[in-house]
Amino acid sequence: MTATLARIWGSGTGRLGLVLVVLVVLGALLAPLIAPHDPNQIAVMNRFSGPTLQNPLGTDQLGRDIFSRLLYGTRIALGVSILSILIAFVAGLLLGIAAAYLPPRLERVILIIFDIISSFPSLVLALAVVALLGPGLWKIILIVSVTLVPHFGRVARAQTLALKNSPFLEAERVLGASPARLVLVHIVPNVSGPLVVLASMDIPVVIAIEAGLSFLGVGVPPPSPSWGTLLNDGYAYLDQSIWMAVFAGLALTIATLGFTLFGEALRDAVDPKLRTEP
Amino acid sequence: MSDTMRYVISRIITTVLVLFGAMLVLFSLTLFVPGDPARVLLGPRASPEALQALSERMGLDLPIYAQVGRFFGNVLRGDLGVDVISGRPILNMVMDVLPYTIALTFAAIGIAVAIGVPLGCYAATHPNTVGDRITAVISVGFIAIPNFVVAIYLVLIFSIWLNWFPVLGVSRTGGFWDQLVRLVLPATSLALGWIGYIARLVRSSLLEVLNENFIRTSRAYGISENRIVYKYALKNAAIPTVAILGLGVGRLLGGAIFAEIIFARPGIGSLIYAAINTRNYPVVQAGVLVVVFLFVVTNLLVDLSYSKLDPRMSRRGGTGGRMP
Repeated sequence: MTATLARIWGSGTGRLGLVLVVLVVLGALLAPLIAPHDPNQIAVMNRFSGPTLQNPLGTDQLGRDIFSRLLYGTRIALGVSILSILIAFVAGLLLGIAAAYLPPRLERVILIIFDIISSFPSLVLALAVVALLGPGLWKIILIVSVTLVPHFGRVARAQTLALKNSPFLEAERVLGASPARLVLVHIVPNVSGPLVVLASMDIPVVIAIEAGLSFLGVGVPPPSPSWGTLLNDGYAYLDQSIWMAVFAGLALTIATLGFTLFGEALRDAVDPKLRTEP
Repeated sequence: MSDTMRYVISRIITTVLVLFGAMLVLFSLTLFVPGDPARVLLGPRASPEALQALSERMGLDLPIYAQVGRFFGNVLRGDLGVDVISGRPILNMVMDVLPYTIALTFAAIGIAVAIGVPLGCYAATHPNTVGDRITAVISVGFIAIPNFVVAIYLVLIFSIWLNWFPVLGVSRTGGFWDQLVRLVLPATSLALGWIGYIARLVRSSLLEVLNENFIRTSRAYGISENRIVYKYALKNAAIPTVAILGLGVGRLLGGAIFAEIIFARPGIGSLIYAAINTRNYPVVQAGVLVVVFLFVVTNLLVDLSYSKLDPRMSRRGGTGGRMP
């Protein structure tokens, strides 16, 4: 653990990523302590204010403090990412292991389902579902996790296939270990490692999807201060004040850049073999 | 039957299955639409007769298996239904705006290649220098930042602050030059991520090729370094890049939605978006279906041509990793 962190810290871009990630996570955890105002407090007399001492990043179209809203928005961005990735992780792990152990015919079915899910560009699938079923925080978390399942499932299956006939599992089997023990004690921990790296690299993707849906007005419903909603408000009122758009975009940039750099450094530190891309 | 033939056939069968599955998913979503779809479309004050007529026209009174059959039959005949609001066939509505989305997509890919390939070549020929590091950081940054954030910053910088480009979309009356100028910002917003991705891809595949024996032999023969890199190595390194470009076209068709909305351009993305806002579900369904169709078919074509370009690929599958 410490060795991994040290290796991430050792690479220049990894260090930048780690710093940004810590900033974002602290922002989410300490939002109530840091935020100078209630994120939903309306002050109509003070609309479209630029950055001042009282409102460090200015105010929006209802006079709400942008800095406080962005801080609370961090919780939405991280909450949605962590929950949906967690669900996709578990489902992908189970389906992937199952695919590796099931007879070829059923394995084919699982793989085709993965193919169908990934045949939708993930944003388009989420858009279709939310458009038809109506927006909502939990719906978004569920849809996003569905779109991520094949990602985890394919890697879990490949890892399981590679492990399945390895000598140490063969030995366990000969010693009389039950299939459940083989899977839970040996396969799951061994397969999970690479999946953790995948999970960390999916965080910025999910942050972008959630913000994108909210930007389109079909994401987390207002008045929740999702970064995407703030960016959309900022874009709509661009002729009144540019600050909302500038800072909401900056928050998204910091978070996605930070998690991407961190994820790549983590991958290089843990297992350079996972590096299938440039 | 040869291995290649078998691969081609299995790939085509999978694609057909995937398309059918996608259609099934899109169909079943409509079953969960809260409320009566006919009422949602016509609004609360529609007369019972109008509701009845629309339900019959949409086949809502049929049992579910008949509705599924009807939906598949219509789609296979290229009939995506008729828009209730305008009375136009939905396929025509899609075809009207599709050229704008395709122009945007190809412009974005063009920009990405024009900038990404030279950046990647520079980085690969100067490995581990400051320039290489800077290219790497810029590439990750471009890949990481969502394209709608890029689009809004482009508007802020070039339209509002510098006032170089018009904010709004396509002037249908404008000439070719006018259309081209209005394409610059939206295409750039989409291209940025792909510039980063292509630069990294070209760098790594070029570095790999430059280590091979035939390059060392060429060096030993005293062929100039420029000729080696740009004539011999780049040709080999281009194969994965070409494949990624194909995938890029497919992904961009769906991803263009933000650029189309932010820059108020007509296109398949803004068609779907407008249909969502008016609760025009048949148009949403058809629009998404067309995007999925284009995406899946481009992927198939890429895979098939890839296995032709480089037979090793048919056994390796996917590129994996984070795409813009």
